[in-house]
Formats: sequence, structure tokens, C-alpha cells
Amino acid sequence: MTPTTSTTLASATPSISWIGVADALGGVFLLLAAALCLTSAVGLLRLPDLYSRMHAASKPQALGMLVMLVGLGLTMRQELDVGMMALIAVFQLLTIPVSAHLLARAKYREVIGAQEQGTGWQAPGATATGTPDGEDRR
Amino acid sequence: MNPLFVAVVTAVLGTAAVLATIRIVRGPSVLDRAVGADVLVSILVISLGVEAAVNRHSTTLPILVSLSLVGFVGSVAVARFAARDADPRAGTTRVDPQTGLVTVDRGDPSGSGGDDASPQVP
Repeated sequence: MTPTTSTTLASATPSISWIGVADALGGVFLLLAAALCLTSAVGLLRLPDLYSRMHAASKPQALGMLVMLVGLGLTMRQELDVGMMALIAVFQLLTIPVSAHLLARAKYREVIGAQEQGTGWQAPGATATGTPDGEDRR
Repeated sequence: MNPLFVAVVTAVLGTAAVLATIRIVRGPSVLDRAVGADVLVSILVISLGVEAAVNRHSTTLPILVSLSLVGFVGSVAVARFAARDADPRAGTTRVDPQTGLVTVDRGDPSGSGGDDASPQVP
């Protein structure tokens, strides 16, 4: 936090330390990640069915994680840590679509299975006798 | 770092974790609970990252790596179980909207003997 002259990069005004700027920017990114978490949790609680809840849930998993890693990298500023953060980002972006795809497919099959016992196959949106997930619709 | 920053981020992340826990408790189906658990894991990862940034240590970074690697296994397992429950040949689970009771009706009275004739869903 204290500006040291040896590690400051070339700047026109010596009162601005780039370490302080990186710390402040990292704090802003971390705050943005926390705000994304709160927004997603509110959406998870208020949205009516599983598909829209998954839409809300994907925000901190992808964007919030990347924003948090950018803020962490701006705060830590070491090569080994930044490499490990890139590894975290790659793994997270590889494994998120697997779970989201399987959850959505399970929900889709559940809807289709409930409609097969009624009047045959219908499109998933064209439910005649109420939505199968409408118990939480307020 | 700034104590005000730490307080604000802690309050925001704690509120988000509480809301995700409420969704896990109240979720009508098991898939909603799996989505809530996924969100809770990502909130946990983000709070571990914020803690590493505040205290300026990189001790928790391997924890973040392993959580981002295996964090999806739980919801995948839950989705597989739910897909097997929703198979119409094995019986489906229904949730009563008023009481929230889960009933499993096995055997389809209107279903014909030919199970192979049922339309294959993707």
C-alpha cells in the first residue's frame, strides 16, 4: 500500500503509485464479483422455474469467477499465482457447461415423461394442464 | 485492505450465501436444490478468493483449483438420479403443489406393452 520508489513504474506524477492503482482496481473487481453473487442469489430465490433459475445461477459461476480472478491477479501480482488463476478459469469454464447441460436435460426429460402419461408428446412449452413446475409461481 | 471494503464484501457474500441456502431448503424439486448447491459452491470459491486478496496470501489457491475441478460432480450425480426417476418406464415422481409431498407412481395404466414404441427424447 505504501508507494515505494523502486518498484513504481515510470509515471509522470510521482504521487500516483501504480501499486495503489492496481490495488484499488482489484478491490473494485472483487466488489463487482460479490455484487454478481448477490444478484444471482436473489434471482435464484425469486425466479419461477428451473430454467430461469439456471440462467441466474450461471452468472457467478462464469462471470463472477472470472471477475474475481482478475481482481485477485491485480492484487497479488505474482507470476505463479496468476498462472494458477488462469488454470482455475480454464477448469471452471470447462466444467460449468457439463453440470448445466445435465441438469437441463434431466428437467427436460422429466417434463416429457409427465406429458407422455397425458395426451402424448407435446412441445415442452405447450403444456395444456398447467406448468409442471408452476408450484412456485407467485 | 480497507476495513470498510472487507465489511461490505463480507456482508454481500454472506447475504448471497444465505439466499442460496434458502433456495436449497425450499427448492421444490431436487434439481432446484442442485442448482442452489452449485451457486453456493461458487459463492464459497469467490469468498475464498476475496479472502486471499485481502490477506495477501496464496495458500487457498490450490483449494480453488480443486473446487473448480470437482465442483460439478455433485450436480451431475443428482441430475443422473433425477433422470432415472423421471423415466416413464421406471415410474415418475410427482410433487404435489399444495403439500409438497413427493409421490412415486409406478406402472402406467395407459401404456402399451411395447416400451420400444415410446418416443425417444433426446
